[in-house]
Amino acid sequence: MKINKIYFDNAATTKVDKNVLKSMMPYFSNSFGNSSSIHSYGQKAEGSVLKSRDIIAKFLNCRSNEVIFTSGATEANNTVLKGVFFDFKGHLITSAFEHPCVLETAKYLQKNGVEVDFVRPEKNGIIDSKKVLSLIKDNTRLVSIMYANNEIGTIQPIGHIGKKIRELNQNRQNKVFFHTDAVQATQFLQMNVERLYVDFLSMSSHKIYGPKGMGAFYVRKETRLKPLFHGGHHEYGLRAGTLNVPGIIGFSRAIELIASEEHKKDILNIQKIRDYVVKEVLKIDGTILNGDRELRIPNNANFLFKNVEGESLLLKLDMKGIAISTGSACASGSLSPSHVLLSMGIKPESAHGSMRISLGKYNTIDEAKYFVKELKKIVKELRKYSPLK
Amino acid sequence: MYSKQVLEHFKNPKNRGKLVHPDAFGQVGNPVCGDIMKLYINISKDKKDIVKSKIKEIKFETLGCGAAIACSSVVTQIAKGKTLEFGINLDKKFVLKELGGLPEAKVHCSMLSIEALQKAINNYLQKFNDKNNKKESKNNSSKKSSSKKNSIRSKTKK
Ligand SMILES: Cc1ncc(COP(=O)(O)O)c(C=O)c1O
Ligand code: FES
Repeated sequence: MKINKIYFDNAATTKVDKNVLKSMMPYFSNSFGNSSSIHSYGQKAEGSVLKSRDIIAKFLNCRSNEVIFTSGATEANNTVLKGVFFDFKGHLITSAFEHPCVLETAKYLQKNGVEVDFVRPEKNGIIDSKKVLSLIKDNTRLVSIMYANNEIGTIQPIGHIGKKIRELNQNRQNKVFFHTDAVQATQFLQMNVERLYVDFLSMSSHKIYGPKGMGAFYVRKETRLKPLFHGGHHEYGLRAGTLNVPGIIGFSRAIELIASEEHKKDILNIQKIRDYVVKEVLKIDGTILNGDRELRIPNNANFLFKNVEGESLLLKLDMKGIAISTGSACASGSLSPSHVLLSMGIKPESAHGSMRISLGKYNTIDEAKYFVKELKKIVKELRKYSPLK
Repeated sequence: MYSKQVLEHFKNPKNRGKLVHPDAFGQVGNPVCGDIMKLYINISKDKKDIVKSKIKEIKFETLGCGAAIACSSVVTQIAKGKTLEFGINLDKKFVLKELGGLPEAKVHCSMLSIEALQKAINNYLQKFNDKNNKKESKNNSSKKSSSKKNSIRSKTKK
């Protein structure tokens, strides 16, 4: 079998599903109206947006007016964190291995008078819920813990933390709100906000075969959140700006698809391919799997190769048509290794040799076989010419 | 992100590997990102003027990014057959030009290879001086030594 190009970087972004693309097309041409307009063009657009909102509300088991559309998860996370602390400089608890759009926002808030605790994950890449709960104090306003980590795929005990916070809140005047960045979990894990006991939850469309520049967050009615954007009366006053109608339609179609029976089969297949890759790659000497072996989303595997540098590994694989990612300092632009791997206690020189693969529904077992074969050759070659043996 | 030249050197590096019996070697670690490079040289000696000795053979081993490997390749390619004097004065700008430039964040990788080369050359000169000094101290009792110290300082601008 001839293999040309292999995309194993679905945690970075995914290919738009054909059905998603098809659903969007009319909203660029015939049905191009502004959903805020009163005339028939606007009505058509507004009707479709309402339907999309309902689809997403059903998926999350919340009310339609609790779904706020944004330009992506970066904006969703910024809105939640900054919105909660806009007029209340209390205490924020988050983790040390959040996506930069949470981490950097938390650091920004810290500079501006918010008290912040960054909980470090355990060695297996999982946050100990007891550590989070023990940090809650009188002025704690928000806890924000990601659902599944984007680099190592580990699943965090969101439902458990949420439930405990809900219990604590019964005896508190100043309620503690709970937020989760569910970007990497959306297509694999429980997304019922009542079962997760969350007050805010962020999602991104382009990680689930939807268009880029599109996302949403869930906001529980009882919370008081300040908007980031001011302007027209859009999104229940929480996000001004003309709605990205084609984006919203595409996003909701993508949600419908991942909620379907068909997707359950895709997930089983993804997991099968991932398990094969893990089994084969661990046969290479001096290789470790990062993050818990079981408690991880089914599409992720993250390895450390001793005496290999990740960027050169990435480039070599790319020359073979295979796309992966790495946490090596050399590939980061900032020249510091992955903060996720460091937070788990991995040494900078080890993080140097890290590789993440993240699978998607379009990958096949044949691709995995080709990948493993090429990877083995490349690791051997890079090690042969390393001054460290 | 990388130029055609960088990718070509990365794909088909020149002088990669090690020398079994090198006259000298230089190893450097990159403090910025933690990469390591080792460079081996064999010299054909110029008896009259040691700094005019030529780099006969040169090989490298690099644990590092694409830019680091490409720089190692191009530096060894430039230095091969040249004098020690030339090698010690090799300029970063010259290397970067040969590579068709590097992304800003990767310019430091070129220093890694240049420093490894300079270290290898100094390692050779050090050995040479040590040998001479030994000979001199043996002859010291008989005649006045005509010690001619051989060390060159790098003119390289960093
Ligand atoms: C966990 C996580 N949060 C947030 C984001 C940002 O999402 P977006 O690209 O929609 O801004 C990403 C993806 O880059 C992510 O993986
Ligand atoms: S050697 Fe690490 S960035 Fe080039």
